[in-house]
Amino acid sequence: MEMKTIYLLIPMAPLLGAVVAGLFGKAIGRAGAHVVTILGVAVAFALSVIVFQDVQAGNTFNGTVYTWLQSGGLTLEVGFLIDKLTVMMMLVVTFVSLMVHIYTIGYMAEDPGYQRFFSYISLFTFSMLMLVMSNNFVQLFFGWEAVGLVSYLLIGFWYTRPTAIFANLKAFLVNRVGDFGFLLGIGLIAAYAGSLDYAEVFAKREELAALTETVTGWPLITAICICLFIGAMGKSAQVPLHVWLPDSMEGPTPISALIHAATMVTAGIFMVTRMSPLFELSDTALSFVLIIGAITALFMGFLGIIQNDIKRVVAYSTLSQLGYMTVALGVSAYSVAVFHLMTHAFFKALLFLAAGSVIMGCHHNQDIRYMGGLRKYMPITWITSLLGSLALIGFPFLSGFFSKDSIIEAVHASNIPGAGFAYFAVLAGVFVTAFYSFRMYFLVFHGKERFDQVPHDEHHDAHHDDHHSGSPHESPWVVTLPLVLLAIPSVVIGFLTIQPMLFGDWFGAAVFIDSVKHPAMSEFAKTFHGPVAMALHGITTLPFFLAMSGVALSWFFYLKRPDIPAAIQKALQPLHTLLENKYYFDKFNDVVFAGGARLLGKGLWKGGDQMLIDGVMVNGSARLVGWISTLVRFIQTGHIYQYAFAMIIGVFALMTFWFNRF
Amino acid sequence: MLENFVTPDFYPAAAELFIAAMALIVLVADLIAGTNRRWVPALLTMVALVGAIVVTAATADGQTVQTFSRMFVDDLLADFLKLMTYLAVIMALVYSRRYMADRKLDSGEYYMLVLFATLGMMVMISASSLVTLYIGLELMSLSLYGLVAIDRDSKKATEAAMKYFVLGALASGLLLYGMSMLYGATGTLEIGGIAQALYQGNVPKTIAVFGLVFTVAGIAFKLGVVPFHMWVPDVYQGAPTAITLFLATAPKFAAFAMAMRLLVYGMFSLAEEWQHMLLIMAVLSIALGNLAAIAQTNIKRMLAYSAISHMGFMLLGLTSAVVGGQVEPFAVVNAYSSAMYYVVAYVLMSAAAFGMVMLLSRPGYEADTLDAFKGLNQRSPWFAAVMLMVMFSMAGIPFFIGFFAKFSVLLALIKAGYTSIAVIVVLFSLVGAFYYLRVVKLMYFDKPDDTSPIQAGVDMRAMLTINGLMIAFFGLFPDAIMVLCTTTLMRSL
Repeated sequence: MEMKTIYLLIPMAPLLGAVVAGLFGKAIGRAGAHVVTILGVAVAFALSVIVFQDVQAGNTFNGTVYTWLQSGGLTLEVGFLIDKLTVMMMLVVTFVSLMVHIYTIGYMAEDPGYQRFFSYISLFTFSMLMLVMSNNFVQLFFGWEAVGLVSYLLIGFWYTRPTAIFANLKAFLVNRVGDFGFLLGIGLIAAYAGSLDYAEVFAKREELAALTETVTGWPLITAICICLFIGAMGKSAQVPLHVWLPDSMEGPTPISALIHAATMVTAGIFMVTRMSPLFELSDTALSFVLIIGAITALFMGFLGIIQNDIKRVVAYSTLSQLGYMTVALGVSAYSVAVFHLMTHAFFKALLFLAAGSVIMGCHHNQDIRYMGGLRKYMPITWITSLLGSLALIGFPFLSGFFSKDSIIEAVHASNIPGAGFAYFAVLAGVFVTAFYSFRMYFLVFHGKERFDQVPHDEHHDAHHDDHHSGSPHESPWVVTLPLVLLAIPSVVIGFLTIQPMLFGDWFGAAVFIDSVKHPAMSEFAKTFHGPVAMALHGITTLPFFLAMSGVALSWFFYLKRPDIPAAIQKALQPLHTLLENKYYFDKFNDVVFAGGARLLGKGLWKGGDQMLIDGVMVNGSARLVGWISTLVRFIQTGHIYQYAFAMIIGVFALMTFWFNRF
Repeated sequence: MLENFVTPDFYPAAAELFIAAMALIVLVADLIAGTNRRWVPALLTMVALVGAIVVTAATADGQTVQTFSRMFVDDLLADFLKLMTYLAVIMALVYSRRYMADRKLDSGEYYMLVLFATLGMMVMISASSLVTLYIGLELMSLSLYGLVAIDRDSKKATEAAMKYFVLGALASGLLLYGMSMLYGATGTLEIGGIAQALYQGNVPKTIAVFGLVFTVAGIAFKLGVVPFHMWVPDVYQGAPTAITLFLATAPKFAAFAMAMRLLVYGMFSLAEEWQHMLLIMAVLSIALGNLAAIAQTNIKRMLAYSAISHMGFMLLGLTSAVVGGQVEPFAVVNAYSSAMYYVVAYVLMSAAAFGMVMLLSRPGYEADTLDAFKGLNQRSPWFAAVMLMVMFSMAGIPFFIGFFAKFSVLLALIKAGYTSIAVIVVLFSLVGAFYYLRVVKLMYFDKPDDTSPIQAGVDMRAMLTINGLMIAFFGLFPDAIMVLCTTTLMRSL
């Protein structure tokens, strides 16, 4: 088979699955729906492996597969850019998606919207693949919006729950803010570079760097990069556009793992990496990226400490880890960001799916205060969760260690403005991460068994109210198999790939670094002497010490002396209230943006809409149109002599007019 | 004179001769087969049309050949338009079969008239002399008058036919008058000769303009654009739906060919003159068609007004070729191929729209009101989806063929510098979107008045499905037809 056909088949296979499961779900039944979608994603994964081998052999591709239309200088087309960055994303997306598909068979077994769910997640896989495989901004934007749409649909999957509807609306609106910036960035590129093709735009980067934006007088490239990054902030949930991600946990757990941890939320990271030739030209934009990332990495970690909902703890941890990736982007360590993206995709998907398994085992209770001692009942979930948590806190030799330590080292070596603050933030973040991760781990799997104390009005998935009794049980194999399969890369992938990905020029031309201006990566490379040495050295460094003290402290607080946290909470009431309210971001948005928008809307509605638009334009023009159409009906009498008369008049008018011209 | 007679080369006109022979065979075969074997003329007509496709395709060599003392031309444009015409007629016959049979209208005359009308169109398409053109036009028109009146017991249909006939006669008169003026001015009836004479410039201007205005009026009547549109709503509504479908599709190719032959091939030197006339008529048609369609409750009438606005849009493509006396070959081909593309797109869409009306009709019930489409989604989700595609496409919503048709015409218009006109017609299309989307709203959001199952044969269902999918497919791959149009025109101009 020709490679171009394979490229085309990779996104099309999940799309076909989605269409079949979506449109003919009733006809093919539940089993049919999961067979067809899993088959589609499995084909996409297998073909991605073939493409991986092909790219490994040195073949890259950049070309158009379908041109829709050409207008002036702009071409709207579907094209693929297949290089090492793309193929890595394709592998991660299809592998995690495949795991989640299998897992869903168990998790959604009793849900009436079974086929719809499979259709959505396959559609998501298609959209995400289109996004990462794109070679132009139009298709990137299409994929960007399509994953957003599916995310919206899936957060509100249980559409009878008001909280789910609120959450999906929130995600939608917050993402609109980001997309607005993103679209502005694309618009600036189209206006100044005259093309929307990556390669053509990158070829003009030096010209663009010399320009200033004509209206505002800002340096053009900085404006473009910041606009694009605002898009990334929305999608990758960076402060202050992060507010939608915790609420997105209203969706079923498999999608929290697939969309809101492993793939979609990392689209922003991927996009900035893809745009590295542009970002490298603007130190201002890079500093902006760095500081936003650092704030997210640290402050979102704090919020993880006080959450009691198992999924929300993992959600805040995702926010914080996305902050880490963004920090890596800010110091021009793009390959490190993508490396962390990959390791994070595995262990975070694992943690989410394990959380889902726990939720199922506890009869859809999600509150970690009412769990405890689950390791006896759910051994596979327990072991895999432990591995995932260790990977997350960066325990040496596990995948998270290599990626997170690399970020810390790269920040340390950077000289870009804001790097000092970012270094502090990522170091402190290590301690916080270890603390909240193991707080959750200890509360869920160790200590006293508290699952018989669940108050009945507590938060739980609405569709299984009647299953509240009985002790926890291990989940079926369709659930535990993905856990095991995800645990393997969570443990080993960092060790195996750090050398080629970070230091072996694996990404080649896909990632561009101006190493004279931004030497962080080359400085860091000098200190690297192989993964084993790095891990052994890691044990003696500050991050390891911080992580271990985080684990120890959480052990002491939550297993040894459970009375202390309560005492601290009382003593530091104002701080706790601040965290409880998530730094008042939601309140602020509600009052200022939502309230302001409502006020503005009301003003526009009363003044502009009702009076001007409705009164004059809509009703006015509707009346005019109505009047004209009645008039036309009046003229169209049906009397033949009048018709003939109209024709004669027409000829007469034409004649008169043209004789006057000559 | 007789000693000068040379046997003409029949080869370029093979398809016309074939259709003419088949029309006569149908007439005779119907007499023999009698009323109980209606399938005989139907089958023979199909054979005739499919055979014509084969003949035209086989004789299409891309060469421009003239025959019958240079009164008849066979070029790539003629071949392309004829093939499109056959396909449109085949489509119309498939859609109509059951409708006509249910109403006992599928007599031999019906098939014979359809074939003669087709023959008329073919002659028009291949005309290279004013006389040939007129003969073709009359053959087509007379057959169409007969077809409109085929339901002799229907008062509405006969009234429509009468109107069509009288106004058509008037239009023919105008056209003939214009032709005689052209003859007077240039001294020839041959289109190439007229072009040459006008190019050389030593013709009396007054007479030439007389000729031009009257010919344009004749063309405008056939296309049904303002102010020569009055017959369109009455005839579309009054004729049996199957005939309306026929009337709304294939003759548009012939009318387009007529415009091309007379204006582009014959009077290209006067292009800037007739472009202005067409522009005015186009804008008026788009405005009036869209505004009037809003007030309609009868879908056939609504589609008639929509046809007026669509033909106006098509004319915009013809008006964008020559700018400021500059003849730039690329721009010329671009403009005319956008117009030709528009005709193809329109024929596809209107065939499907009238097909839908017939799909919902049954013996004793005409689904010609908008209310008939209420809640169609509940009765048949697939055909509601087909109608949705047709309506979206007609409104010019992206990813359907109608969008690209409008888009390429507007692109040509803007390139010719008529940006303000483009803005105006886009605004009117926006008004037009209202009545197209109203149909969609009725189908999806209203409760059906009539819940009886849809009675339609497999052939009709299949044809509608194919038709709908074509509208979607060519919206995704617009170049497929566009390239055909451009190459055709590049090689025949």
